Amino acid sequence: MDFISILSVFVMACFVGYYVVWSVTPALHTPLMSVTNAISSVIIVGALIAAAAGDAVGGEAAKWLGLAGVVLASINIFGGFAVTERMLAMYKKKERPSRERGEA
Amino acid sequence: MGLLSSVIPAKAGIHRPTVSLGRTLWSWISGFAGMTMFLSSPAYAAGGTADIPAWVALAYLAAGVLFILALRGLSSPETSRAGNRFGMLGMLIAVVTTLVTHEIASLVEILIAIGIGGLIGFVVAQRIAMTAMPQLVAAFHSLVGMAAVLVAAAAYMNPGAFGITDAAGVLLPVSRVEMGLGVAIGAITFSGSVIAFLKLNGNMSGAPILLPGRHVINLGTLAVILGLIVYFYFVGSPRIDTPWLFWTVTGLAFLVGFLLIIPIGGADMPVVVSMLNSYSGWAAAAMGFTLGNTAMIITGALVGSSGAILSYIMCRAMNRKFLAVIAGGFGAESGGGGAAAATDRPWKRGSAEDAAFLMKQAENVIIVPGYGMAVAQAQHVLREMTDMLKEEGVNVKFAIHPVAGRMPGHMNVLLAEANVPYDEVFELEDINSEFGQADIAFVIGANDVTNPAAKTDKSSPIYGMPILDVEKAKTVLFVKRSMGGVGYAGVDNDVFYMDNTMMLLGDAKKMSEEIIKNLD
Repeated sequence: MDFISILSVFVMACFVGYYVVWSVTPALHTPLMSVTNAISSVIIVGALIAAAAGDAVGGEAAKWLGLAGVVLASINIFGGFAVTERMLAMYKKKERPSRERGEA
Repeated sequence: MGLLSSVIPAKAGIHRPTVSLGRTLWSWISGFAGMTMFLSSPAYAAGGTADIPAWVALAYLAAGVLFILALRGLSSPETSRAGNRFGMLGMLIAVVTTLVTHEIASLVEILIAIGIGGLIGFVVAQRIAMTAMPQLVAAFHSLVGMAAVLVAAAAYMNPGAFGITDAAGVLLPVSRVEMGLGVAIGAITFSGSVIAFLKLNGNMSGAPILLPGRHVINLGTLAVILGLIVYFYFVGSPRIDTPWLFWTVTGLAFLVGFLLIIPIGGADMPVVVSMLNSYSGWAAAAMGFTLGNTAMIITGALVGSSGAILSYIMCRAMNRKFLAVIAGGFGAESGGGGAAAATDRPWKRGSAEDAAFLMKQAENVIIVPGYGMAVAQAQHVLREMTDMLKEEGVNVKFAIHPVAGRMPGHMNVLLAEANVPYDEVFELEDINSEFGQADIAFVIGANDVTNPAAKTDKSSPIYGMPILDVEKAKTVLFVKRSMGGVGYAGVDNDVFYMDNTMMLLGDAKKMSEEIIKNLD
C-alpha cells in the first residue's frame, strides 16, 4: 500500500478510536486497558513474517528476533484477552431485583 | 428492573461528544470500511509485495474492524464480553492470514513460540490478583514495546522478507523513518513500562527520583533520536554506510524511556500507565506503516487514542496539566503545607460499635472506597457489610472517584470482584449531588479525593481537583489507619476535624469486620 493511502487509514482510525473510546463507560476503563493491550499485540503479524523467512542475508538473525517477538506478543495476546474475560465475568447486576427494589 | 438496566449504563459515560453516538458511529465505521477497501485494492503494489491478493487486504481490514467492535462493546457491561470475543476473533484472523500468505520455513518453531507465550500469558491471567492489575498492565505494555523493538530490528536485518526494499535490495527511505519511529517508541514504551511496573509493584520506591538538569537531558536525547531518524532517511545504504545508526537510536530510546518515568511519583502512576498504553499503540501503528498492514494501523490508532483519552481523563480528575505530570516531581516537594498543624486540631474518634449503630439507623449510606481498601483487601468484607445493611433496609451506594486506585477503573473491578453489582456503583458526576441527602458517607481507604481544600484553598497542591462532597453528608465515617498519615498529595484533610466526622482508626479490613460483628 502506498504511503498516502496508509496515512488515510491511520488518520480515519484515530477519529474512530476517539469516538469509540469516549463511549466506553468509566466502570470498564481497566478492562479497556487490558483489551487494548491484547489487541496492540497484533504486532505479532510483523514478528511472524520475520520468523517465517530465513533464506536472505541477515535472515537467520531476523528469524530469531521474530521468534522472540512471537513469544512476547503471544504472552500479551493470551494474557490480555484472558484477563479481560476474567474481569468482565465479574461485572454483575443486582441478583435479587424484586427484593432490592422493595428496599430502595 | 429492565428499565433500570437500560438507563444506567447509558448515562455512565463522562463527556460524550454526541448524544446519538451509537448511530453516528456505525455510519462512520461503514463509511470508513468502504474507503479503506477503495484505497487498498489497486495500490498494494509498492515495495516488492506485488502479488498480495485482495482477500488478504480485506482479511486484515476485517481484523481491524473487529478490534473496533471489541472496544465498542465496552460501552456497557452487558455487551462487553461479546466485544472481547470480537477482539479474539480479529486476532485469530490476523494471525491465520499472515501464516497462510507467507512461505513458512519454520512452522514448528513458530507454533512452539506461540505455545510458550500463550501458556505463560494464560497462566498469569488466571492467577493474577485483581489488586495487582496495574502492575500486570504495565508489564504487558513493556512486552508490546519490546515486541515492537524486535519486529523493527528483524525488519532492519531482513528487509526483503517485509517487502520494504528497492530493486537493489536497499531499505526504502520511507520505511527507514517508520522503522526508526517504531523502534524508538517501542523502546521508550519498554523501559518506561518496566520502571512503572517496578514502582507499582513496590520493587522501587514510588518517590520521584529527580536528576539535575533532567529536562535538558530528556529533551536533548529525544532531539538526538529524531535527528538520527532524519539522517537515516538520507543515507545511501544504511547497513553499509551507517551500521551503527539503527542500534544507536534503539539504545538512546531505551535510555530516554527510563529517564522519562523515574522522576514521576506514585500519585501520578494512573496517568503514566495510561500514557504508556497510548505509546504501545503508537509503536504498533508505526510498525503497521512499515508493513503496510491495515490491521496493525487501525489497532495502533485505536490503542493510541484510548491511552491518550484515559491520560486526559486522569489528568482532569486530578486537575493536573499533562505536561506537568510528564515533567514529574509531584509529591517530592510537598508534604509541608497544611500538614504541619495536623495533630493539634481536635477530632472525634469512633468505634466499630458506634459506626454499626449509626449505619443501622441510616436510610442512605454512600461508601467511598479508595486504594487503601484495595491494599487492605477489604473489598469482600465491605461487600458483606453492605449486604447486612441492606438486610436492615438501608439504601447503600458506592461512589468512585476517577483516580481512586492505581489505574483508571481499578476500583470498579475490585468491587465487581467482590460481587458488588455494577448498578450500585456510581461515578463522581452521577452521585456527587446525592451526598447532601445521605445520612452517612463511609470513606474507606480514600483521602485526597474527599478533601474540600480542593474547592476552597487556592494554595493547596490539589486545588481545583474535582472531589467527592462527603462533607455534605449528615455524618462522615472516615476509616483510616492513623491520624498521622496523609494522602498521596501530602496535604491534610479538613474533613477529619469536622463536628459531624467520626474517625475510625484501624486497618480497613479489620474495621469492616468489627462493624459486621456489631451489626449482628
